[in-house]
Amino acid sequence: MESEPKGSGDIVVSARDDVASATHEDSQIMPATRGDIVLSAQRISKSFNGVQVLFSVDFDLRRGEIHALMGENGAGKSTLVKVLSGFEQPTSGEIFLDGKPVKLPPNGAAEALGIVVIHQEFNLAEHLTVTESLFLGREVAHFGLLDRKFMRRETRRVLDMLGSHISETAVIGSLTVADKQMVEIAKAISRDARIVFMDEPTAVLSRGETEALFKQVRKLRDLGTSFVFVSHKLDEVTELSDRVTVLRDGQWVKTAPTAMLDGESIAQLMVGRELSSLYPQKSEPNVDETRVLSVVGLNTAHVRDAHFDLRKGEILGFSGMIGSGRTELMEAIAGLYPRVSGEVRIGNALMPAGDIQATAAAGLAYMTKDRKSKGLLLGSDMTSNLTLQSLDQHGRWGYLSPASERKALARARRRFDIRVRDASVVAGRMSGGNQQKLLLAKVMEITPKILIIDEPTRGIDVGTKQQIYHFIAALAREGCSVIVVSSEMPEIIGLCTRIVVMRAGRIVGVLEGDEINEQEIMRYSAGLKQKAVA
Amino acid sequence: MGANVTTEDQVEPKRRWQDVDLRAVAPFVALALLLLLGAMVNSNFISLNNLANVATRSAFIALIAVGATFVISSGDLDLSVGSMVAFVASLMILFMNSNAIADPGMMIAAAMLLALIVGALCGLANGLITTVGKIEPFIATLGTMGIYRGLTTWLSQGGAITLQSAEQQDLYRPAYFGVILGVPVPIIVVLAVTSVAAFVLYRMRYGRHVVAVGSNPNVARYSGIKVDRVRTTAFVIQGVCVAIAVMLYVPRLGSTSATTGILWELQAITAVVIGGTALKGGASRVWGTICGAFILELVGNIMLLSNFISEYLIGAIQGAIIIIAMLVQRSLVRKS
Ligand SMILES: Nc1ncnc2c1ncn2[C@@H]1O[C@H](COP(=O)(O)OP(=O)(O)OP(=O)(O)O)[C@@H](O)[C@H]1O
Ligand SMILES: [Mg+2]
Repeated sequence: MESEPKGSGDIVVSARDDVASATHEDSQIMPATRGDIVLSAQRISKSFNGVQVLFSVDFDLRRGEIHALMGENGAGKSTLVKVLSGFEQPTSGEIFLDGKPVKLPPNGAAEALGIVVIHQEFNLAEHLTVTESLFLGREVAHFGLLDRKFMRRETRRVLDMLGSHISETAVIGSLTVADKQMVEIAKAISRDARIVFMDEPTAVLSRGETEALFKQVRKLRDLGTSFVFVSHKLDEVTELSDRVTVLRDGQWVKTAPTAMLDGESIAQLMVGRELSSLYPQKSEPNVDETRVLSVVGLNTAHVRDAHFDLRKGEILGFSGMIGSGRTELMEAIAGLYPRVSGEVRIGNALMPAGDIQATAAAGLAYMTKDRKSKGLLLGSDMTSNLTLQSLDQHGRWGYLSPASERKALARARRRFDIRVRDASVVAGRMSGGNQQKLLLAKVMEITPKILIIDEPTRGIDVGTKQQIYHFIAALAREGCSVIVVSSEMPEIIGLCTRIVVMRAGRIVGVLEGDEINEQEIMRYSAGLKQKAVA
Repeated sequence: MGANVTTEDQVEPKRRWQDVDLRAVAPFVALALLLLLGAMVNSNFISLNNLANVATRSAFIALIAVGATFVISSGDLDLSVGSMVAFVASLMILFMNSNAIADPGMMIAAAMLLALIVGALCGLANGLITTVGKIEPFIATLGTMGIYRGLTTWLSQGGAITLQSAEQQDLYRPAYFGVILGVPVPIIVVLAVTSVAAFVLYRMRYGRHVVAVGSNPNVARYSGIKVDRVRTTAFVIQGVCVAIAVMLYVPRLGSTSATTGILWELQAITAVVIGGTALKGGASRVWGTICGAFILELVGNIMLLSNFISEYLIGAIQGAIIIIAMLVQRSLVRKS
């Protein structure tokens, strides 16, 4: 107990990083609480079944700092987070908590030491309510009777603090991915932790939600909580973090104060080479190019009267707040979500409602944004996942040729740069970004004429993002039409020649040419502006 | 990559050993242990003759369990198989007794075809009730279990239905008691059916679909797989497997009754679970299933040959085995 780090009142100048504190002129209280190292790791190595993924990595976390952990997909960020929070034990190396060597207890028991994790993979039980999830394992009870009212109030308070409208009595299984992520965050934040690991918490969040989260994170940081923040969004990292550590291929590359780096240099450290322009040259399709998809008066449970068409070789963006109905509209078009009324035509052929086989046969492919529960079989290997949608190509009369499937996998791994250290790994054990690439590869196996991608770069590193953008552009040049649904404004602006904005289930605007900019899109999606859509 | 040679040296040899999927191997290890135990209990046990006998007797459960592997891999459960055996068998015998066809050979062939059709239809009913009716498979097949059993009791008026024509019986007997190249026919049938099943599960599109539907129906749907059709087909395959079991069962006794096949569903499910197929779907191990069925019969055989456990405890032991198999499976999952 005597080694309890110097109380938060002490000013520990010696251990402080002068550059880091200089970046935050606004925070007078910070020097008082920051400084001493809370958690550190030395020469951490980790192997899974003999495949090494971390190579002697050093890492330290100071009191009251936000430490960003960066690296390409599969660099080992999530693995390091798991090792530092006890979810995985290191193969070798030591971890120190408050300067003393510790062996962190497994399965989240490190929570008792004040260490909590917001996982990249959600860890919520689908059948519990939001309140039950938040208080799981630490239910408030008087004489054995649960104090439901108190727990509900408390949950509401935390959710309000995060600016979230989720009902505290909603069942987890009924929430969208973004909402689940908010619950995960609320759960971690409500636990009075000293150290919070956040593994890509913002990947599924909108800008507004992200801002609310950052506000809370800063507040807690100023009170002395330490954060480890993993994200592929460089602007967020430069905006929020105090220090950055970069990993490449499981090796430590650099730790530096954020103020000394900018997005560009972080990206370079991550990929180990210079990156050329992120977005490809836009090429607009001819005005008289044939229409490949037209949607007329489409209604679903939430979407009202959607009209739009897509031309051959066009990249059409769909923007809007989370919950604006973009995914529902796309799933209704793809035949995955019931339609109430309306018409969908591919070429001239009228598509029957709710028939994904028909739309797929007509050449439309839809890539879900929910890769964990709708995209990939987490317990199956890469091959079964890759070819699941296109088994007909690999043999006749229902027979599957292993050689043909192997070839397809080799091709897809090259084309989409899917990196795994062990080719027989099951999808659930791949790094998040590589799962995303596998999902894209799977959808592309049916060689679609129309590709609808919902959040194409969720959880993908900059280098790969660039690859995917160029890939989409190349597809369009070859005559494939692409619809990109994305909550990332720069992505949609950088890629698309036409952008549809949705709000509350309706298409409220279609932007072209010079109108395509962040302010204009915001105006439409926030409901400040609306124009009649042909 | 090779930057850190020292640590890699340490892990390299471990790898081979861990690469082996323990769940796939476990049933065969258990089988080897049982054979060893049996040999210690009674020297007759290990004789080829005895083992062939045991294998022959395990044929019914093995065949049914092959079908159950499909149903369970696709995430469902069929509790009606025991009653289905009784129902299909009584229809088959009643048909043979009807003397609708004069030539006994033709008659048997027609009766076998009838059994296949009835089995497939029973499976189809199970499948449609679960998928179109959207009723939990547990409840749906609990219902049809009662229906098939009740129909059998009514057909047999509570007694037995027996094959009457001696000519037919003599002609049909070899289907169970016959030996080809020294191997009893039932063993050959089981091996053939399992080979076909393994081919379908591991080498055909349908097998991939079964595993996809069993491990995550949502992913399957988003991949354009007709989930309900895949599930229903698995139930039909189960029905066909039951019918094949009946084709071997009828020549054995030439008779069936309202109590035929009672608790066979428990044994079939146990065989599947021992074999390493995950009960919540997603992994199918059909050779493991066969091994499981053999293990079940072996346990009974060992108890019979040993003098210290009453054979009346067989049911209890089999019940215990399914629980142990589940526990072993779970601990193996955690390790890998
Ligand atoms: N349980 C596991 N078994 C086998 N391999 C694993 C396991 N967990 C992770 N890996 C492997 O370790 C490597 C690093 O994965 P990790 O999830 O740490 O990457 P990451 O940096 O978080 O990437 P991303 O940005 O894509 O999330 C990957 O090659 C992955 O396949
Ligand atoms: Mg990760």
